[in-house]
Amino acid sequence: MRAKLFGFLLFLLLLPAFAAHAGVFEKTLSNGLKVIVKEDHRAPVVVQQVWYRAGSMDESAGATGIAHVLEHMMFKGTRSVPKGEFSKRIAAAGGRENAFTSSDYTAYFQQLHKSRLPLAMKLESDRMRNLLLSETEFGKEVKVVMEERRTRTDDEPRALLYEKLMATAYQEHPYRHPVIGWMNDLQSAGAGDAREWYRRWYAPNNATLVVAGDVKAAEVFALAQRHYGVIPARKLPARKYSSEPPQLGTKRLVVKAPAKLPYLVMAYHAPVLRDPAQDWRPYALEVLAGVLDGNESARLNKTLVREQQLASSTGVGYDSTARGPGMFVLEGTPSEGKSVAELEAGLREQISLLARDGVSEEELKRVKAQVTASEVYKRDSLFYQAMQIGQTESIGLSHKDIPLMLQKLQAVTAQQVQEVANEFLKDDSLTVATLDPLPLSSERKRMKGANHHAH
Amino acid sequence: MRTKNLLDNLKRFFAIAVLGAASTAFATPQIQHWQAASGARVYFVENHDLPMLDVAVDFAAGSSFDPAEKSGVAGLTQSLLDLGSEGMSEDDIARGMADIGAQLSGRLDADRSGMSLRTLSSAAERDRALEILARVLQQPLFPEAVLAREKARLVANLKEAETRPESIASKTFAKAVFGDHPYGRTTSVASAEMIQRDDIEAFYRAHYSAKTAVVAIMGDVTRAEAETIAQKLTAHLPPGSEAALIPPVAMKIAANEQRIAHPATQSHIMIGAPGMARNDPDYFPLYLGNYILGGGGFVSRLMNEIREKRGMAYSVYSYFVPTKQPGMFQIGLQTKKEQADEALQLVRATLRDFVAKGPTAKELVAAKQNLIGGFALRIDSNKKIIEYLSVIGFYGLPLTYLDDFTGMVDKVTAAQIHDAFKRRVNPDAMATVIVGAPEEKAEPAK
Repeated sequence: MRAKLFGFLLFLLLLPAFAAHAGVFEKTLSNGLKVIVKEDHRAPVVVQQVWYRAGSMDESAGATGIAHVLEHMMFKGTRSVPKGEFSKRIAAAGGRENAFTSSDYTAYFQQLHKSRLPLAMKLESDRMRNLLLSETEFGKEVKVVMEERRTRTDDEPRALLYEKLMATAYQEHPYRHPVIGWMNDLQSAGAGDAREWYRRWYAPNNATLVVAGDVKAAEVFALAQRHYGVIPARKLPARKYSSEPPQLGTKRLVVKAPAKLPYLVMAYHAPVLRDPAQDWRPYALEVLAGVLDGNESARLNKTLVREQQLASSTGVGYDSTARGPGMFVLEGTPSEGKSVAELEAGLREQISLLARDGVSEEELKRVKAQVTASEVYKRDSLFYQAMQIGQTESIGLSHKDIPLMLQKLQAVTAQQVQEVANEFLKDDSLTVATLDPLPLSSERKRMKGANHHAH
Repeated sequence: MRTKNLLDNLKRFFAIAVLGAASTAFATPQIQHWQAASGARVYFVENHDLPMLDVAVDFAAGSSFDPAEKSGVAGLTQSLLDLGSEGMSEDDIARGMADIGAQLSGRLDADRSGMSLRTLSSAAERDRALEILARVLQQPLFPEAVLAREKARLVANLKEAETRPESIASKTFAKAVFGDHPYGRTTSVASAEMIQRDDIEAFYRAHYSAKTAVVAIMGDVTRAEAETIAQKLTAHLPPGSEAALIPPVAMKIAANEQRIAHPATQSHIMIGAPGMARNDPDYFPLYLGNYILGGGGFVSRLMNEIREKRGMAYSVYSYFVPTKQPGMFQIGLQTKKEQADEALQLVRATLRDFVAKGPTAKELVAAKQNLIGGFALRIDSNKKIIEYLSVIGFYGLPLTYLDDFTGMVDKVTAAQIHDAFKRRVNPDAMATVIVGAPEEKAEPAK
């Protein structure tokens, strides 16, 4: 999944967390930059995150991967801060920094002692508008990205399977393209593409600034005004996206790659949250995911791994928050001696049971207890709290909805869970992907051929 | 993300902390320490900011205590702890924790084995979670049927790992660096298949003793409550024996290079040798030196040479694993096959140059600025603090470790780093493993 590819989204899969939303302040600068401050005075530290509402779903076919390549290029220097200097200055301030790109957004962050926030703002605001994008640096960095692709996808059979699964399950929507981009698109990309992307999307009115930590909101707003407030707003291009046509029957695909164990993924199209107050299905789907896979004794692990020993592992993925369409995913590795067909039958049986008999009050209560507790645990991580705010804003919801979302999740009924199981876990919207393991030796020949083709 | 967060995988390594060079001094956590009546050593930080509690219990029961022919016993023992206790099935345990939103997890490395718990601190939740943890630690049943299932899952994972270039590389590399020393041993399908319930039971009896237990407690309980908790979690552990010693590591190895074919598009390269122990007198000079060489993210020499200047890899790093006996010093990277040899030469040249000349004055200042100025980030959450408590307890570091950290960093000189690297890191006596090696030179896999 796109989430899998970039790792960080995994912890959001747990359930969109919500909270005592105390100590959160918001202000929009006159250039359209939204600034959100979460005050938390437990430790003398601060995190700054800048979120741009531009991700791989804003790319076009044939030019995939450019959102992510640009993210890399953002460390390659501006007129006043030469390449490499950004990282050096943050490091010298005792800071940690990085960035990440998803299908929906691109974000940059620094974690520092609270006294160094002005430095982080100075540097981050500088690269919001003054980025240099030379052919030479682009040429080197795109090679780094190709190595990243090889590490994360090409040489990772399960990631490869997910990539091809998404390309199959989505016929039109840009979620069919991987965030990191197709290799041949990376090969044909140039600095001009990066410049165009930067010019198009990197504007204060397309960004959210989140600051969390031992700070005072008023001071952060003043600082933000000084550093970011001077950057002019720009007209943003109209966003046009293909809508995904309904799937009219099960799709199947097989990926052959060097591995020992086969692997099965079943992906169903599913809705995501658009109206936090009126929608109820995405909340019910979150609870459904928890009932199936929320703990070691949840249905899939208990039944398929422990009792029937049909699988050596199972999992469920569903993210109720996204700019684009959603997907409810079940996956598993068959036990030795069991086939993917047997595992698929086992997973389908679990779905039928859900659809027919629903879930127990006890299961429902258990999922909700975990949600409640994770709300408290969340407060131990400043970074995560800032992430939640930035992510919610970037997908088009408001951070102010976060407490409401929590209430709605707690209000899900057993009947609603049964209803969404019936409504969405249906064959006609299912894509089944199977990893067919190849022994290392025969794979070797195939790869030689593939390499030749790639050059 | 721009880089894999190797730091996450190496938390132990970052058992370090300090006072802000950013003039604003702030309080390090007050660590309280005592020995429970059971004999367990307890490390406690009281903090009521959040209504939650973290508890971790570790034993000297890591993978290096595996019987030579039955590698995997330590890991299986650890993973079976919460899969059946007196009066509770594995599902009772999992549901019991889930019902109150508590999180139980296990961990294992070469030295240590442990369980950690995070729970709400409200009495009902906390008491229930601790009651289950007490049973998990002290009354495990290791049911035969569960063992059979877990062994089958372990074997399946090992077979899968045998096809993965990074796993093949790690396993080959550990053997090349440590030879027959327990730190070089890895679990094989054959060794896992030999493990019987008696082996697990015997391992538990010998190694899960209060004598070696370290209990770390962080969060919303009082000292009196923490004392009760620590005792309840350890009072009924097996008597065990004195902590078994891990034999010394042969520090000098002969230069050797292994090339293993693999169909992956990239070569996985590892270079290294035995490095340093957690209580090593050279700890701080080597730690700072490594930050400069390959530990400091985007600003390290290796990152600069391999990635920033030439775009040859996404990830390139170096680190020391500071264990009871000297753990490994390792440099690693992945790069496409066609340029693997060129990258390898560059890495070697970078290392050679660093060992020969030591860091520049400017590099040392930058490293100190980062480690000292970033100290606050090391202790800004309960989760990070409890990790320090466990490491301080297990390795017997001073209770003032966090208070002393910035001072220890600050007094390191370029000459000390140069000297420590010259004595401890010999580029001409290292193991090199390349999996997915350029084909003309590679030996076929297995």
